[in-house]
Amino acid sequence: MSGDSFTFTIDGVEVTATPGQTIMEAADAAGIYIPRLCDVEGLRHQGGCRVCTVKASGRSAAACTQPAAPDLVVDNETDHLNTMRRHLVEMLFQEGNHLCPVCEASGNCELQAMAYRLEMVEPFRFPGLEPCRPVDASHPDIALDTNRCISCGRCIRASADVDGKGIFGYVGRGIHRRVAVNGSDLAHTDADINDHAVSRQVCPVGCIIRKREGFSIPIGEREYDHGLIGDEGDSE
Amino acid sequence: MVQSQTDIATPAEIEAICARFDDDPHRMLDILQEVQTRFRCVSPEVMEVVASATGLTRVAVDAVVSFYSFLSDAPKGRVTIRLCDDIVDRFSGLDAVIAAFEAELGIKVGQTSGDGAFSLEVTACIGMCDQAPAAMINDVVLTSLTAERVRDLVTQLKEGVDPGLLIGSRYYEKPPQDRIRDAVRNNIRRAGAVLLGPVPADSGLKKALQMRPEQVIDIIEDSGLRGCGGAGFPAGKKLRHATQNDSTRRFVFCNADEGEPGTFKDRVLLTERAHLMVEGMTVAARAIGAEEGLIYLRGEYTYMRDHILAVLDDRRARGLLGRNIMGMEGSHFDVRLQMGAGSYVCGEAGALISSCEGLPGEPKGRLPLPTERGYLGLPTVVNNVETFCHIARVMDRGAEWFRGMGTDTSPGTKLFSVSGDCLNPGIYELEYGLTLAELLDMAGAPEAAAVMVGGPSGTIIGREHFGRRLVFGDLPTGGAVMIFGPHRNILEIVDYYMGFFVHESCGYCTPCRVGNVFLHKAVQKIRAGQGKQADLDYIREYSATIMETSRCGLGQTSPNPILSTLKNFPLLYSAMLKGGGDRTQPTFDIQDAIEEARSIAQRRSYIFDRDFTQ
Repeated sequence: MSGDSFTFTIDGVEVTATPGQTIMEAADAAGIYIPRLCDVEGLRHQGGCRVCTVKASGRSAAACTQPAAPDLVVDNETDHLNTMRRHLVEMLFQEGNHLCPVCEASGNCELQAMAYRLEMVEPFRFPGLEPCRPVDASHPDIALDTNRCISCGRCIRASADVDGKGIFGYVGRGIHRRVAVNGSDLAHTDADINDHAVSRQVCPVGCIIRKREGFSIPIGEREYDHGLIGDEGDSE
Repeated sequence: MVQSQTDIATPAEIEAICARFDDDPHRMLDILQEVQTRFRCVSPEVMEVVASATGLTRVAVDAVVSFYSFLSDAPKGRVTIRLCDDIVDRFSGLDAVIAAFEAELGIKVGQTSGDGAFSLEVTACIGMCDQAPAAMINDVVLTSLTAERVRDLVTQLKEGVDPGLLIGSRYYEKPPQDRIRDAVRNNIRRAGAVLLGPVPADSGLKKALQMRPEQVIDIIEDSGLRGCGGAGFPAGKKLRHATQNDSTRRFVFCNADEGEPGTFKDRVLLTERAHLMVEGMTVAARAIGAEEGLIYLRGEYTYMRDHILAVLDDRRARGLLGRNIMGMEGSHFDVRLQMGAGSYVCGEAGALISSCEGLPGEPKGRLPLPTERGYLGLPTVVNNVETFCHIARVMDRGAEWFRGMGTDTSPGTKLFSVSGDCLNPGIYELEYGLTLAELLDMAGAPEAAAVMVGGPSGTIIGREHFGRRLVFGDLPTGGAVMIFGPHRNILEIVDYYMGFFVHESCGYCTPCRVGNVFLHKAVQKIRAGQGKQADLDYIREYSATIMETSRCGLGQTSPNPILSTLKNFPLLYSAMLKGGGDRTQPTFDIQDAIEEARSIAQRRSYIFDRDFTQ
């Protein structure tokens, strides 16, 4: 532990952090789970999904981008925050076509898992937006169904920063913002099945599809079939 | 869509445009605007060329093109008509104006004529609420439109008359400032002591140059001046904060992107006080040791571009910009004009900086502040046009003089942009602290039933609140005061502005991107008489989530039109609610359910279409 390190609390538990660390980085290091969708280990923080919203000394902040600070009092697992997080997950469900029973990602899907964790059990008040963008199956090994995209941007950052390619990018504004590829379709990009951007840990939902790998793990034995997302450490 | 040969861009032409901006990806907005103006679109092929010239990916260029309303990947007409579609325009006869344009041009809103001659569009508030309905025809602004005038305008445009000549036959022979005065009336109703009264040229700057930078900051801080864009951050504190780092390069940015619907005060300052504004920027540059400045002028104000450029040139020629300002050794400062391209959120400081960096106008995170890490990651002071004008005046007349006006917490004067249902719409420069009732009195609005203070991101209040004061801490405002008479439908206003926020959200974060869409749906459901009590609960819950979790000020305030009217006009909502007795599911909408059958049958429903008789 460096001499510059300091402490703050998350839900009353004292956590140690070093200057420059975000609240989430310090929480992860301390084994405290803060729900998140757009943030994933190894990629730049985006602060876009807002599911990691916490109260930092009373003020709302995205834990993935907000720097930790000495003596900060962070609230994480409160009813109020989890209600807001559930609203955000509901919004993401309604923005796209998330029909779990027919989706190959079911059981491995972080959005679905987050809905279980946040007890999203009631029907929605309004019908979803039901986008019908064409599926891009042009690439021999990869398909893209952006109707299931939650705009987390993990593939964008992975391709740009890890693969050094820039295959994916956002286009459009507001509700029309979506992930697009750097070419007329995926086949006309440098995308490769071995890219980090198209690996299983990057896309949290069923948007990026690796062809010929479907159902290699049966439903019921998948990552989040065993327990709630975020509680994996506890169950082992 | 037909395109004449001369309009198709060759790679060499595109590369030449990129080269003029040093192939600098930070100048992406300038590059794309130039391409758009010359070739009327930025096609996917052109994006490819721009991408390779600037070292970006094509999708990164597409991100910019697809973000800004005034850039397009499909060809626009040689004459593009953008009608201001604010609620004030709608209440001032916009429907008839649209109908006249559609009839005369033979195209609908959103379409381009087959010969590529005309495009007809609607756009969010263009800052002409005091002379609505208004429109942009290419870069030229025309105001106070009527159906009759539209018929005449289209006849002329079809004959090939240049849009500028619609203002007057000698338009292009006049100096730029006269041109914009001819095009748009100032409507100054009250001139105050600080900004719109007589102002000696550059005497504030002269004094600032004779002081040490810390002294300049001390005076601004002492004056109590607060930012005039709406948030009211202390101007002196912002300057001081920008000096608290060891950077050798700092920036002074002027935010001339007043996009808050109902606001048009900066339009008048840019027209009449552009020198004062640049003077204030130069004072701020002196205070923080900045040598580079930028004015971000909203795309809707492109008609003023030549005027601002002329002012900057004039100041350079007179030694008021450039090297050794006013002969002061080592005092260097120059200003570049950056045009916006149609995006409300770019009025937010972080989004404005993103836009200047050649990116989509996405706000930065709350921290670090721009004064710490702003443009290109360097300390940047971003102030409103009015704030810079105030800074120059405070330097000239001193902090005490300024504090002698207004109130303790809100010293000085403020420009109010008054529009809507009143006799005297226009600009009022008044000391802070007056009541809304007093302002309504001056504006001639005895009938006012509801007033929107601070634009849609502010608050909508009813008569019982007209005694409140226009100060920080009570009714803060960037200056927009929109008046609605008793005959206006408040739910229509709320519906309109929720649609506005949906349109203007950048889409970066979930709550603002998606949440506002559903708030808008909920309002429309209530307005259609389909709402239930549970919908109001839904609105309140979702509003709280959107406000608390959004990344920037847009989402943090976008539910305000609903929340403030729910609070101030509760009966309006309860009167529209449907009782719970029809045993339908809350998500069930009969209109929606029968829509498909209705369109197949091509007839209306006797039972469910209330307007069947029409």
